[in-house]
Amino acid sequence: MKYVSEFRDPALAQSLARAIAREARPDRTYAFMEFCGGHTHAIFRYGVQDLVPGNVRFIHGPGCPVCVLPMRRLDDALELAERHGVILATYGDMMRVPGSGRRSMLTARGAGADIRMVYSTLDALEIARANPTRQVVFMGIGFETTTPASAMAILAARREGLRNFSVFCNHVLTPPAMVHVLEAPDIDPAQAVRLDGFLGPSHVSTVIGARAYRPLVARYGKPMVIAGFEPLDVMQSVLMLIRQVNEGRAEVENQYARVVTEEGNLRAQAMMDEVFVLRDSFEWRGLGSVPLSARAIAPAFAEFDAETRFAISEKQSRETKSCECPAILRGVKSPKDCKLFGRACTPETPLGACMVSSEGSCAAYYTYRRAETMAQMDRAQMEAAE
Amino acid sequence: MSTILRPGACVEMAHGGGGLATTRLIREIFARHFANPLLDQGHDAARLDPLPPGRLVMSTDAHVVSPLEFPGGDIGSLAVHGTVNDVAMAGAWPVALAAAFIIEEGFPLADLDRIAASMGAAARAAGVPIATGDTKVVERGHGDGVFITTTGVGVVPEGVNMAPAHIAPGMAILVSGPLGDHGVAILSRRQGLEFGTAIQSDSAALHRMVAQMVAQVPGIAVLRDPTRGGLSATLNELAEAAGVTMTLEEAALPVRPEVAGACEMLGLDPLHIANEGKLVCICPPEEAEALLAIMRAHPEGAGAVRVGTVGERAAPGTPGLLRMQTLIGGMRVVDWLAGEPLPRIC
Amino acid sequence: MCLAIPALVLELHPDAMATVSAGGVTRQVSVGLLEEVVPGDYVLLHVGFALHKVSVEEAEETLKMMAQAGLLQEELAEWAETGSEVRA
Repeated sequence: MKYVSEFRDPALAQSLARAIAREARPDRTYAFMEFCGGHTHAIFRYGVQDLVPGNVRFIHGPGCPVCVLPMRRLDDALELAERHGVILATYGDMMRVPGSGRRSMLTARGAGADIRMVYSTLDALEIARANPTRQVVFMGIGFETTTPASAMAILAARREGLRNFSVFCNHVLTPPAMVHVLEAPDIDPAQAVRLDGFLGPSHVSTVIGARAYRPLVARYGKPMVIAGFEPLDVMQSVLMLIRQVNEGRAEVENQYARVVTEEGNLRAQAMMDEVFVLRDSFEWRGLGSVPLSARAIAPAFAEFDAETRFAISEKQSRETKSCECPAILRGVKSPKDCKLFGRACTPETPLGACMVSSEGSCAAYYTYRRAETMAQMDRAQMEAAE
Repeated sequence: MSTILRPGACVEMAHGGGGLATTRLIREIFARHFANPLLDQGHDAARLDPLPPGRLVMSTDAHVVSPLEFPGGDIGSLAVHGTVNDVAMAGAWPVALAAAFIIEEGFPLADLDRIAASMGAAARAAGVPIATGDTKVVERGHGDGVFITTTGVGVVPEGVNMAPAHIAPGMAILVSGPLGDHGVAILSRRQGLEFGTAIQSDSAALHRMVAQMVAQVPGIAVLRDPTRGGLSATLNELAEAAGVTMTLEEAALPVRPEVAGACEMLGLDPLHIANEGKLVCICPPEEAEALLAIMRAHPEGAGAVRVGTVGERAAPGTPGLLRMQTLIGGMRVVDWLAGEPLPRIC
Repeated sequence: MCLAIPALVLELHPDAMATVSAGGVTRQVSVGLLEEVVPGDYVLLHVGFALHKVSVEEAEETLKMMAQAGLLQEELAEWAETGSEVRA
């Protein structure tokens, strides 16, 4: 596939591996956080760790919108489908996420709720047009990559005068979450993780542009390389980060220049600004309350806001005790540090945010590194007992 | 022109009642399309003698595919191929099939007729008669149009003896052709995921190809068809059953460009996607070339390639493992997927 | 994060829609987020929307840098002199 296969070429991988081995100083470690779940997935799926030296470590960040969606919001979506009888249209990622009482969209559909998986908001609009007597609610999740799709849908619904379409908006923002990770040491020293730099998100950056990260890199002094999605992109970005660290620089560099520009997609940004406003704060599952980190639908478009159209009851959601997701999402702990990993908490029976989506840290470890992680946990347990 | 196939006619509860309506349904749709000497005997239980010499095997499969008709096949042809292949994977020559239908009240008779015709054609092409069957009708809302269960019996020739226990370190892992065609063909017809593609389901009967393989290479360790769960599920099962590590080469995996494109678009992995006309063969390495040549001489095996190798036995008490050397030279574990693969945005 | 793939624009349609192809699989998508698109362009596709055009020049430049990365100083100098494609 064009512009995909070339960036998975084994000879180029070897070229980059050689360069990384040469330039990573043996007398120190390098800890880079890949913010986004897609990068976590790519690193595991291609075995990138095998091609970089042992002193270069990846720390997995909280950039998985499914993982960080508060359980309460999922319960709200289920209530819309079950109690209000709407057609709930959703991306596939949400289908198996368990809400309270282990209910998920999949089980709710099995019990008779009209929940339909779609690839695009365009399909959700089509469902609304085809079912004029039914209310259709689209479950809007995702970072800035996915938010424009919801904005376009709302604008289209307004243009067409669709009376039965609304969006349940759970879109979140990337830079505030990065700031939250960087500020954590100030809030609680136990939350400090030694981070030498960030692999910046690929496709969020396509929309918001490289400039979106400059203020936070300037303020916190951590290098960032906006990294493409393919394994060679990740490797080249690691090389660029190693160089920044070695040279004492802290800049925003753009490895993914083939689709990321300085300003990003201005039209998409304008649409998001028109259709959405920022919530004062939003509770991220595992991270707690993060200010100015999520969008709500602007008052001018209130008729397309599911939260305005439907009375959704107040809910309390309680996370499992012993769940280490808050620390894991910030990169302070790793899955092996969680008692529940692989035992009570598995992809089939996820108890926390990190196991809930296939690119959450724990889900990735479970799928790709289960045996060695459990072995490490067993060893740690034996050592603690001695 | 048959009496029950009036335009717009649908299946009614009476058709499952055992009376005249049932007889008409059987005669005018099923018997007409499945006609063969065994079925035409008209007995409740078909007599399958004389059987060729060898050991008897039996397999059954329930088919609930949605949509019922898809590019490259339908639930009918799928039901025939699926069970023929299950029997063939034991090394057996399929002798006959039984077919049981559960039909939802209100299901259009014209659709049923089309499915039965396809099933009859598939059975005839495979040379495996549908020897006996049954029909029931359930109330509207209690079924997904039609469910078909097929059971097959076959005979394993003398000298053919395959089992996961025969898998040994060093053996070659072969597949008979490109992966993921069926799953993608089904997805391309599912509402909300429509995309234009020429991908057809690979649904096909493999027993003739298998017969030649087992006749010429008695040392094959095991044959399996990677259906639900894809190549990953099949090899994980075998690795676990045999207690070995298996290593795949990602660069060697055959996948059609359109299938790869659809998977990239939806965030799916071809390793987890169902195939309905492919087999996995694990054999001594010195036999790999011969087996690939046999497969490639058949249309169903045109794209046969070697995709991996069986590694060492797992330590006692630890499970077998499936892993893959990735395109860039790293190593990853290929795990069972929890549930059906769903398209994702992340 | 966000799964997006490069897709080739085959045909433009009214209302800012287009037919694109990824590895031979075609799909109707929206190009309403882009300023100007013509058949033959590659665009980044995410959930049915084209988010950005793919720059052919930048893609080639990136691949070239990847190939050069593994080379030693002497080899790089040779590359610069001869301007030839080096198999990394």
